[in-house]
Amino acid sequence: MTRSLMSGNEAVARGAWEAGVTVGVGYPGTPSTEVLENLVSYEDVRCQWAPNEKVAAEVGVGVSYGGHRTLVTMKHVGVNVAADPLFTLSYIGVGGGYVLLVADDPGMHSSQNAQDSRNYASFAKVPMLEPSSSQEALEFTKIAFEISELYDTPVLVRSTTRISHSKSLVEVGEREAREPLEFVQSPAKWVMMPGNARARRIELAARMKRLEAFANESPLNRIEMRDTELGVITSGIAYQYTREGLPEASVLKLGIVNPLPDDLILEFVSKVKRVAVIEELDPYLTSRLKVLGVELVETGLPVIGELSPAAIASAFGVQAPTLREAIKDLPPRPPLLCPGCPHRGVYWALGKLKAVVTGDIGCYTLGALPPLSAMDTCVCMGASVGMAHGLSLTGAAGKRPVVGVIGDSTFAHSGITGVLDMVYNGASGTIAILDNRTTAMTGHQGNPVSGKTLAGEDAPALDLEVLCKALGVESVRTVDPLDMADTLAVLTEETSRPGLSVVIAKAPCALLIRSDADPVAIDDELCTKCGACVRLGCPAIMKLPIGSPIIDAAICVGCGQCVQVCKFDAIVSSGAACDFGGVL
Amino acid sequence: MADVTTVVLVGVGGQGTILAGDVIAKVAVAEGHDVKLSEVHGMAQRGGSVDTIVRFGECVFSPIIDPGVADHLIAFEITEAARRLTYLAPDGRLVVNSRTIHPLPVLTGAVPAVAGVEAALDYEGAVFIDAEAIACEAGSPRSANVVLLGAASFGLPFAEETWREVIASRVPPKTVEANLRAFELGRKACAEGACEL
Repeated sequence: MTRSLMSGNEAVARGAWEAGVTVGVGYPGTPSTEVLENLVSYEDVRCQWAPNEKVAAEVGVGVSYGGHRTLVTMKHVGVNVAADPLFTLSYIGVGGGYVLLVADDPGMHSSQNAQDSRNYASFAKVPMLEPSSSQEALEFTKIAFEISELYDTPVLVRSTTRISHSKSLVEVGEREAREPLEFVQSPAKWVMMPGNARARRIELAARMKRLEAFANESPLNRIEMRDTELGVITSGIAYQYTREGLPEASVLKLGIVNPLPDDLILEFVSKVKRVAVIEELDPYLTSRLKVLGVELVETGLPVIGELSPAAIASAFGVQAPTLREAIKDLPPRPPLLCPGCPHRGVYWALGKLKAVVTGDIGCYTLGALPPLSAMDTCVCMGASVGMAHGLSLTGAAGKRPVVGVIGDSTFAHSGITGVLDMVYNGASGTIAILDNRTTAMTGHQGNPVSGKTLAGEDAPALDLEVLCKALGVESVRTVDPLDMADTLAVLTEETSRPGLSVVIAKAPCALLIRSDADPVAIDDELCTKCGACVRLGCPAIMKLPIGSPIIDAAICVGCGQCVQVCKFDAIVSSGAACDFGGVL
Repeated sequence: MADVTTVVLVGVGGQGTILAGDVIAKVAVAEGHDVKLSEVHGMAQRGGSVDTIVRFGECVFSPIIDPGVADHLIAFEITEAARRLTYLAPDGRLVVNSRTIHPLPVLTGAVPAVAGVEAALDYEGAVFIDAEAIACEAGSPRSANVVLLGAASFGLPFAEETWREVIASRVPPKTVEANLRAFELGRKACAEGACEL
């Protein structure tokens, strides 16, 4: 069998396919997105993006009820949205195997928090497997489906950024030839009203006992005996860091992190002189070890951010290598809105209006950074709408308009109910929906507004105007954010009127269209160095210490936004390349 | 981890470090090594600092590394070379694309452009490659990342033929010829030790 290089996400998809999954469903979120994008390429699997994680989880429950195996995927914060069905599904159990892949993001590479999903497993009373490589990601996913059906339970598979987005060698297998389970309608199991739920709660407790016995015996948890001076209990990517940082240490590698195998842990503890827990994020394993009365080495390892081999080695006194001297005072390089990004026009207008802007999750969150600095809050998916509503109730913004800014996919995810609430409770304010026809930040996934499915097929595109009017919004208008004067005029009108309004700024993501417009250049004679173009924060425009700004023709897409903000008509179309390297 | 070789590719989101890292990883697999590769997706890709780590050898555990561990640092942009310099082992090899992409705080004048980075990197033993110019010479301005792969390849223990096979399988069919030429020119530039700054 040849081995191929796969990311953890590709391997989870492969494992699900080999396990005979017939439906994959989820919501895009870094670092989980590529699981379904890969699973969709296999035969005999239907894969779908849901508008949000709660809906995805519930579609999965329906698939399982029908006797089929299903994989549900999301990032860590998505589980907050999906928690409602998850916490009751654990009472019900499953029909066909139900596996929820959750990808955590320690260090917050692309997330607003770093919550540790292992807590969800114990909280919701659901078994959780944690792979430490792509090979394990494939195998554990397959085993998760077996556990799900054998123990009548949903199963969580937890990944982290370094598992999902690292590639390593994987030996793949074939798809299991299996028939779906029989569709059994059993109200006592599936109708969770109090009488039934009380009975299922007792069954859930018994199930967790059986799973603990399984965890004590399962090869997914394994003891690796080396030097008995130090024994490390670890799981997931921390296992790899431990093996590299402390190659001599004995290790109890946990593949099942809920329920924990108490007997196996105590057996391991009895075999080594000192015991340490090495884990990323919360002291999850540590807490259990303390409950078991095990004396642990105080490693001093952080509970914030990611671990690394050297962090672990140095916690045990291993000297770090000599380093080259750092080159200091380098300019930071924050992420930015792309050249030609249509969001820029909206933020420019909101800046002119001195609006207080409640923001949301997506590429457009980058509008919070200088020089646009045009977003004041970002909490979670959909919060822009609720926060605009709440802030307007206080009057704290005074005469400044309050505008909630939300992307198309985020609006479909959890903005609609917020607008309904504003209508219902007679709120004033303006919601700007930045409709760039895609879920851009996670890599351009289709969504109900763009009308493209995960499989790339056309779907009915949600008509935002009709929807918002149907919700009862008095004034709903659509603008082209690349037409900056019109965008400013419409936002000015809508924010100065009483009542509730929605402004839909509709233009495709600059990365989705290949512009045939010529790049533009600045005419030195006409330029007054006022800085209006520079303040757009376009990476193609550079302010110079002396003289007029220059435009990098290599990355300018000719969107014309800078042309529109120049009061002196100094920015003109130009075919000529202007190379920074030649000027500086 | 004496038997593990680490290559770190650094650059700016959108420069093609992920593709380049993927090629190195596939070449290492084709030559029979255990391999791990680590990428960063998501927000940083929108013009932020990005790094891709490729590690190969008998048995690789961690996909990421600590400062002082990289045997090769291949920088697609000069400021990013400076930012990640401490990742390179004292005897490690440094290949730098001589192009500067100014970050937004410099473009807007909020932060001054830093001077003397070239000299500092030169002092650290960098081989400078003008990847964009060489890519144009190869016939495809978009092949700068493959030029840098060619430069990286010069110091890596893989057969030239394996590189060519993997690149040919990984780039769009129409661009195979230009990319192979870009690879060759990058490799040659590095073999010759430097290029004009």
